[in-house]
Amino acid sequence: MNGMGIIKGMGVTLKRFVETYLDDIRWFGKRYYTEEGLAHRMSADTRGIFTVQYPEEKLPVPEEFRFIPFLVYEEGPNGEQQDRCTSCGICAKVCPPQCIWIVRTNDPNTGRPIPEPAEFYIDVDICMNCGFCAEYCPFDAIKMDHDYELAVYDRYATNIYNKEKLSKPLSYYEAIRPSNYAREEAARKEAEAAKAAKKAARE
Amino acid sequence: MTDQTLVQEDVFISRFPESLTPDDRKGYSGYLVQPDQLIEVATAIRDEWGYDYLTSVTAVDYLPDGFMEVVYHLFRSTGGPGLVLKTRTPREDSRVPSLVPVYPGAELQEREVWDLLGVRFEGHPDLRRVLMWEGFHGHPLRKDWKEPFYEEEGKPYKSRWPDGQVYRIEDKNPFNNNVDYPAGFDPDTWVPEKDTALYAGLGLIEKPGEGSGMKTDQVIVNLGPQHPSTHGVFRMVVALEGETILGLKPVMGYLHRNHEQIGERNTFLQNMPFTDRLDYFSSMSNNFGYALAVEKLMGIKPPERAEYLRVIMAEFTRICNHLAAIGFFLNDLGAYFTPVLYALEERELILDVFEAVSGSRMMCNYFRFGGVARDLPDGIYEKIKKLVFDRLPRKIDELDLFLSQNEIIRSRGEGVGILTPEQAIAFSAVGPLLRASGVPYDIRRADPYGIYDRFEFDVAVRYHGDIYDRFMIRLDEMRQSTRILQQAVRDIPEGSVQEGKPQYQVRVPAGESYGRVEGPKGELGFYIVSNGKPNPWRYHVRAPSFINLTALETMAKGNKIADVVAILGSIDIVLGETDR
Repeated sequence: MNGMGIIKGMGVTLKRFVETYLDDIRWFGKRYYTEEGLAHRMSADTRGIFTVQYPEEKLPVPEEFRFIPFLVYEEGPNGEQQDRCTSCGICAKVCPPQCIWIVRTNDPNTGRPIPEPAEFYIDVDICMNCGFCAEYCPFDAIKMDHDYELAVYDRYATNIYNKEKLSKPLSYYEAIRPSNYAREEAARKEAEAAKAAKKAARE
Repeated sequence: MTDQTLVQEDVFISRFPESLTPDDRKGYSGYLVQPDQLIEVATAIRDEWGYDYLTSVTAVDYLPDGFMEVVYHLFRSTGGPGLVLKTRTPREDSRVPSLVPVYPGAELQEREVWDLLGVRFEGHPDLRRVLMWEGFHGHPLRKDWKEPFYEEEGKPYKSRWPDGQVYRIEDKNPFNNNVDYPAGFDPDTWVPEKDTALYAGLGLIEKPGEGSGMKTDQVIVNLGPQHPSTHGVFRMVVALEGETILGLKPVMGYLHRNHEQIGERNTFLQNMPFTDRLDYFSSMSNNFGYALAVEKLMGIKPPERAEYLRVIMAEFTRICNHLAAIGFFLNDLGAYFTPVLYALEERELILDVFEAVSGSRMMCNYFRFGGVARDLPDGIYEKIKKLVFDRLPRKIDELDLFLSQNEIIRSRGEGVGILTPEQAIAFSAVGPLLRASGVPYDIRRADPYGIYDRFEFDVAVRYHGDIYDRFMIRLDEMRQSTRILQQAVRDIPEGSVQEGKPQYQVRVPAGESYGRVEGPKGELGFYIVSNGKPNPWRYHVRAPSFINLTALETMAKGNKIADVVAILGSIDIVLGETDR
């Protein structure tokens, strides 16, 4: 019969409409603005509409989410910053849009390079968030951030990030990427243990 | 594999002993043919050996050797490995005969080669620039051409390290300065030319319509470039008689960024995230094609688990893309936003998987040479399982119930925008466009790559070649993709996901390779020439969205102006890939 296709199709929209409200009732007002509600709406079991009311509520980003690199520093015993970066330049070399500029530190007496960057710039307007710098850094010194709300009024004044703006403590890294951090720390400990064992064997 | 032919080499050579020679440079394959014999050889190859399907036309500028080489990749529409034909011409006043009379699908591609590499195709019906504008100076893919922002031949640039001289690119290049204009060109006094050459190509007849009893005029209408129906900045110039389309010319290049030139400045690895930005709906497939092409040159293979992960991601991408394609196609038909939002909801759930695995929803950058970037994070496998075994099949059926029997869609779609199988092959149409015309050609079957030979699936095919079939075939393909996904998710082994140690500077031996995958929009090919240096000598993308537009005029002719929007929607183009 002519028109049956349209009617069947509208049945689908009606089902969707009803499901949305049924789910709302089942969750008893907790479907929105709660963590469990959000997790439910993100799962494969969700039914009906699953809009997220940004910016009132935000999707939690997964651990691997990458947005703009940052430099990791370790805090010394007296709270001083110890950069992990040795200014080896691999990130600047691997960067596809070439948005990383590194100035190496030279020892004022000998003129030899010191493994610490004097300056580190990233033009975040050019950065394409590919994550290569973090992936290929041999010292785990540069990592990708999770903060994606970077709108500014004047990009000329702010959007070339310098070392100060890029540096974030190791504890921040641990907080946003716990399992990566744990894996890297385990590997580091293992390497140190192997080194110590080797040293002990030699002595 | 493009480096073998089904034809016995001696039989092949003996047919044209004077004009054909095997290409015996190390790492190269195929045959060199004299330009004046090209049409004769191509006709014989098409008619006698059945290589009826010309997928890729490109050229390489061999600056040190002083010649341009035009490269043709030919296949059989019944499947199997391909054949590479090459012809050489001097760098100055480069000319080769056009293959459009033999393979009409070469039309847009030859225009592209003329535009970007400056090789003239004699006998081409409409040899104008296609991606750059008419006043552009030079041919940007020639190796002696330098862009206004030119810094060095290849990345990494020396100014970045060890003493980074930070600057903004626009500070170095104030407007109007450092831009290379053609001789005698002054931007201040320039008056844009009318599109006379473009309109002339439409072949309007200078008399009013006869026979209908009504006096009608022929008019030219520009649809786009800024028009919601064109899926981006794409322009269609149509010649109309009343409401009927007499001729159509696609105009593109508004989003052109010379992806291939950027790619030749990049190192091999640096190209990977740039491929994401071609067809930004299906970045995982783009990664796949590029990784295959480079791996072929390097002679490596990814470990088992990585192969399965690649298939899972590529098939998810296909579902994502077809969901969006169906949704936006319905928008074009006037079913405003209810279907597209239903489709995008499911796509969101797949993008959540991509984000968790690769770190980004759309610009995935997940594949590496000899593997993938990382293994599945905790908890994602369960979500993938739920999606492929439960939710996606259910939702595809729901979409089918929702749309495919709808009387309005059927009456708008059935019998509209027809492309016959012969035309589809001749115009080098690929992907759903080709298969909806009744040609069961799918690279996953016809010339399997990766581990696609292990999976059980059917090549979706429909036979009417109209826009309704192009809509239905996308539903069919999504069902087949879920089938593949179910097998891949079931069988995926444990193990490493990267062959050897991850390297940022890969060694790629000299030679050429053509890696092609069946992307959601059709055959996505990467033609790569390496000279052993860190940067590719030639990096060419055979873009399905671009080449599928060759057939647009044929499909649109004789239809009404209101249908041309739907016909374009049924091809499913992405301008990031069309314009590159």
